[in-house]
Amino acid sequence: MSKHLIDFIDISKSYDGSLVLDELNLYIRENEFLTLLGPSGCGKTTTLRLLGGFETPDQGRILFDGEDITNLPANERKLNTVFQKYSLFPHMSIAENIAFGLKISKKSKAYINDKIKYALKLVNLDGFENRSVDSLSGGQQQRIAIARAIVNEPKVLLLDEPLGALDLKLRQNMQYELMRLKEELGITFVYVTHDQEEALTMSDTIVVMNQGYIQQIGTPEMIYNEPENAFVADFIGHSNIIDGVMLDDRLVEILGVKMPCVDEGFGKNKPVDVVIRPEDVELVDPADGYMEGDVTSLIFKGVHYELDVMANGYEWLVHTTKHVPVGTHVGIRVTPFNIQIMHKPESSDEKAVEIDE
Amino acid sequence: MSKFKQQFLAGPYLIWIVGFIILPMLMIVYYAFTNADGGFTFEYITATFASETNRKAMILSLQLGLICTGICLVLSYPLAMILNNMQIKNQSFIVFIFMLPMWMNFMLRILAWKLLLSKNGVFNSILTSLGFERINIINTPAAVVLGMVYDFLPFMLLPIYNSMTRIRKDWIEAAKDLGAGSITIFFKIIVPLTVSGIISGIVMVFVPSLTSFAISQVLGGGQVLLIGNVIEQDFMQGMQWNAGSGLSFVLMIFVIASMALVNLFDKDGEGTAIW
Ligand SMILES: Nc1ncnc2c1ncn2[C@@H]1O[C@H](COP(=O)(O)OP(=O)(O)OP(=O)(O)O)[C@@H](O)[C@H]1O
Ligand SMILES: [Mg+2]
Repeated sequence: MSKHLIDFIDISKSYDGSLVLDELNLYIRENEFLTLLGPSGCGKTTTLRLLGGFETPDQGRILFDGEDITNLPANERKLNTVFQKYSLFPHMSIAENIAFGLKISKKSKAYINDKIKYALKLVNLDGFENRSVDSLSGGQQQRIAIARAIVNEPKVLLLDEPLGALDLKLRQNMQYELMRLKEELGITFVYVTHDQEEALTMSDTIVVMNQGYIQQIGTPEMIYNEPENAFVADFIGHSNIIDGVMLDDRLVEILGVKMPCVDEGFGKNKPVDVVIRPEDVELVDPADGYMEGDVTSLIFKGVHYELDVMANGYEWLVHTTKHVPVGTHVGIRVTPFNIQIMHKPESSDEKAVEIDE
Repeated sequence: MSKFKQQFLAGPYLIWIVGFIILPMLMIVYYAFTNADGGFTFEYITATFASETNRKAMILSLQLGLICTGICLVLSYPLAMILNNMQIKNQSFIVFIFMLPMWMNFMLRILAWKLLLSKNGVFNSILTSLGFERINIINTPAAVVLGMVYDFLPFMLLPIYNSMTRIRKDWIEAAKDLGAGSITIFFKIIVPLTVSGIISGIVMVFVPSLTSFAISQVLGGGQVLLIGNVIEQDFMQGMQWNAGSGLSFVLMIFVIASMALVNLFDKDGEGTAIW
């Protein structure tokens, strides 16, 4: 994993005068599983369509293997797309769908037949050659769409929320299948999703986007453990994000309470965002906490309980394995190491700097 | 609703169907297979092909019908593609524009063409004033075909356009993604997905052009004798109901055959909507 395979350089795109992507810069390395993650309408699909060749940027260039492909038509690009709506050809059988790209590149009949067999096996749908598209379930169609793309042995596979329509169980299966495919085929994946769990599970690199800006690029661990701003923190997990003031190195004040933390170098009396994950909030004896509060709701989530605790005018989101009934008076503590301090963004869609790896 | 009530409500329609559809058909069949004395005969059926005039009219009808259908198809297909690709929000308005002439009286449109095409008509006046030779196509099969194409074009355009609007954009994009150029996309995606529209259009144009008699009468000036004209003459002038019915029966077989062809291909019912 080293070489840049794809480079987006200063890409801007607007529709009807509204800016969708603003000077986007991004590189994708060979054999990387890169995920574009962000809320609806943030420009993920647009980014993918620019790469697939279905849109041209208003400004900027896209390089593929060092070559400028900004104006190369879609049918001449060495990549294949798995569309969100599957987009299987309804007038063709499954086998004909899979063979479509191979026939265009004039492969021999024997080669095509071998490939169809191989691809169907890969997506666990052996024997589906002569089925019609209509007769397949959503999940099966999705897998055929993947098969149709990979038989062409593209260097890059683009996937736009390919698992969006599937139920949880099937989605988890397919996530596993996709990761297996990536290992088996050694191709680069560019994956679009708005499901943070999916992104964390599958990716080598996650690109968090919001309103056409890249907020953070990093490994799943980095994105999860060291979110760069409040937006990323909030989007990646439901966090407690609280206004605070950095009083001094390693001392922050939130909700009127001073708490020790581990961050330095913010200066004195600097307003900051403080992020504390629900699983890092410790419920203790009222006397032992930084602040006291009452449990206002309790939901069983399977592995843990999800609680709301009202303390000092803020409703804390808490994950705990203990059963704490509603109304219990508790104390709140957080280990200094688990308090994340973040610069306040200048505006809601401030550009985040790429963090060094 | 009780079964009796249902049947009761269906009554008026049944009477209508029997009185105005089934009965006339049976009468045509009856006249087609009987002679003037009421005896059974195949004479009038075979006359379709045996009599020189009938055979000629039948062949000319088929020829002009096919030519008209062909021209309509060649004109409609690209037009439907252009309409479908136009970046216009209100596409039904475009379709409305093309349907508009159909709301004018059919005879009026044909008579207008006669004025335009006649020897000293509008076209020829313009041509001669510009120093060109006159074109004399009035009273020729060409004028008849022109009139038919003008009249029946919407019947071809609409089903094709309908089937084209059902082609999803992402199918085209998927084909492009898999390496298909414009020609491959046209022949492998667009044409196969509009086959049902094409078939409906062909039948919807072919059937009326095969049976038409008004267009050939006005624009053919009595010199272009189609099977429809022969039938008309048999009924109106010669009072030969048996001969006319025999021809009508044979024509009906042709029509039914082409309708059957539609049902074979047109499973989504594109064409039937405007009939
Ligand atoms: N063809 C278009 N014409 C006009 N606006 C468009 C077009 N395509 C996208 N947009 C706009 O661009 C913005 C980004 O759209 P995009 O499809 O890239 O979002 P997304 O991140 O993929 O969202 P989602 O998760 O909902 O799929 C949206 O505000 C959308 O309305
Ligand atoms: Mg999208």
